[in-house]
Amino acid sequence: MVIQAELLDFQAINEAIRSAGNSPVEIHGCCGQRYIGDGLADQQVEIFGTPGNALGAYLNGGTILVHGNAQDAVGDTMNEGLICIDGLSGDATGYSMRGGSIFVHGNVGYRAGIHMKEYGEQKPLLVVGGTAGSFLGEYQSGGTILVLGLHSKDPVPVNNFCGMGMYGGRIYLRAEHLPSDFSSRLTSRPAEEADLKEIQPALEQFCRLFGESMEEIRKKPFYVITPNSSSPYQQLYAAK
Amino acid sequence: MPVSMIYPEFEIIRKEDRCIHCRLCERQCANEVHRFDKEHGRMLADEAKCVDCHRCVALCPTRALKIVKSDHTFRPNANWGEETIHDIYRQADSGGVLLAAMGTPKPYPVYWDKILVNASQVTNPPIDPLREPMETRTFLGKKPHQVHRGPDGRLKNELSPGLSLDTPILFSAMSYGSISLNAHKALAKAAEKLGICYNTGEGGLHEDLYQYGSNTIVQVASGRFGVHKQYLNTGAAIEIKMGQGAKPGIGGHLPGAKIAGDISKTRMIPQGADSISPAPHHDIYSIEDLRQLVYSLKEATGYQKPILVKVAAVHNIAAIASGIARSGADIIAIDGFRGGTGAAPARIRDNIGIPIELALAAVDQRLREEGIRGDVSIVAGGSIRESSDVVKAIALGADAVYIGTAALLALGCHLCRSCHAGKCNWGIATQQPDLVKRLDPEEGAGRLVNLVTAWTREIKEMMGGMGINSVEALRGNRMMLRGIGLSDRELSILGIKHAGE
Repeated sequence: MVIQAELLDFQAINEAIRSAGNSPVEIHGCCGQRYIGDGLADQQVEIFGTPGNALGAYLNGGTILVHGNAQDAVGDTMNEGLICIDGLSGDATGYSMRGGSIFVHGNVGYRAGIHMKEYGEQKPLLVVGGTAGSFLGEYQSGGTILVLGLHSKDPVPVNNFCGMGMYGGRIYLRAEHLPSDFSSRLTSRPAEEADLKEIQPALEQFCRLFGESMEEIRKKPFYVITPNSSSPYQQLYAAK
Repeated sequence: MPVSMIYPEFEIIRKEDRCIHCRLCERQCANEVHRFDKEHGRMLADEAKCVDCHRCVALCPTRALKIVKSDHTFRPNANWGEETIHDIYRQADSGGVLLAAMGTPKPYPVYWDKILVNASQVTNPPIDPLREPMETRTFLGKKPHQVHRGPDGRLKNELSPGLSLDTPILFSAMSYGSISLNAHKALAKAAEKLGICYNTGEGGLHEDLYQYGSNTIVQVASGRFGVHKQYLNTGAAIEIKMGQGAKPGIGGHLPGAKIAGDISKTRMIPQGADSISPAPHHDIYSIEDLRQLVYSLKEATGYQKPILVKVAAVHNIAAIASGIARSGADIIAIDGFRGGTGAAPARIRDNIGIPIELALAAVDQRLREEGIRGDVSIVAGGSIRESSDVVKAIALGADAVYIGTAALLALGCHLCRSCHAGKCNWGIATQQPDLVKRLDPEEGAGRLVNLVTAWTREIKEMMGGMGINSVEALRGNRMMLRGIGLSDRELSILGIKHAGE
């Protein structure tokens, strides 16, 4: 089903998507409509243009492909499924996602991967091809974030306060060195063979999705960042 | 060993002629206060560990025990009281932020106690609720500005989704984790029997409780713990938690030690990891952003559920509520600063926020002035202690009230304010299996049903006394209230006259 979105509001778009049942949906001329695909499961949605905030929030499966840029809060609290953005993505991309994957070809804004968490088999993955704004992975408590910094001249692909308040999960930075304000509450090490093996499938999927080359990705080293405590508040209190 | 400068706050009085050395007190006390001295054949107590929860007192078969406040004293000082001195010792010992539980014990004014309710005499005679119908059913949600009729003259139903309550009382948000599963079960069962709702809090919904979905408000907070599609679809309504009266402006954390077994499963986070709800929602910086969360939840649940937005009562609450009413939310929940909590920094709990009475009156007034009062319902919470508080809250403009502390008291809580220690001897604020099983969900539900039923009867009697036979007619009916001993300023904020006027 093809939806011409130019004159439709978000409610009309989502109703049309739901009415398509299991058949794939293409949305053309998307121009900032919010909430597209919220709470969907097991549907294929392809978007041409720019979807608005909260794309694929509470996503519970299926695939959303965006040919263009996305705005803020992509995949907020998503549980399962795949969101691919062949462009840039805004602030709070992957906010509190618990499962599924988000692939962004270009850059993401502030607070990407904030409060990502994992449980059991559900391990979220956020792959950023370009660079990430400040507070990447803030409060991250599970899952994996990869920032590749491709086609960027910056030696470090993240802005300030990377991993601030992180207490679980992992961040992989493809970088020449660690961020200069690297927090003392984090630990880091250059990625070893075992680490790289772990992210290999995600990198391959990224290359397949966006036509990037693994050879290029391998040209720079990766750093693995993890928190140094899973209970950062433990020592903070005195019982009254 | 370092010297403890804090003398125990309580003394345990054991009447030796009554004590039969059954050692029940020893087995019942998770704080390990009591122990048996085999050598001398008598029970001993370490008062320093006592939190005054009365478990031993209530269960002692011979009534041999009582707990009294120690009269041990510092040199009397009106400025430097015992509590202040002890707090300084605690912080000097530990370097820690003081952590406390339940609502503030400080002697702030309770405006409920300075408001009196009217009754009819001679004209507009009182109604006897035992003899005449008296409506307490309450609908929460957006109300249409005007009604439309179809060509056949019938009313068109253009109502937004809402909540229907048999009585204007809901159990307020208390997460699974902060309280036990048995406490949650009791709340859920009682809510179902009473035709009202309980609230999951931000810890997700245990799988055993999905069956009570139509009496459940599911909460979405900044940590999004346990939030997924089935959770959202199961609730009768979804509450976005922006703030809490006991700790405005800060988030919550359940320590990793409490994240075990079913709590880990329900919150969907690994065992032993802290559960941190940050103070802000990091995607909400404005009313427009709040609207985004409201609508993303509405879209994800097909516009079938009313959305509540819960905020703490703070200085500019009227403007904040006006914004929330414009955000697309259906219900605003306002939590006053005397509200309870499972754990909060003591200084925040005791000093931040404003009383619910003033906040509620200001919000209702503001929304009326702006002509948007009908766009939202208001639920008031933060220390509703008895049925007359409910009546006064509704007359000040609330549609319904949240009760938390009162509900826990019904379950056996003795307000020892030690929830954060996780060793609740009454099986409420604990996750220790041996303690949790002390609270029987069926019995607890029965006590909650009794409480709310009794309050509802009292509400009906007070309404009847005013000559009002429906809670609808009481809402915002400030003519039914008078202040006693309040200043002009307080009266003007509350929008009521002084007694005698």
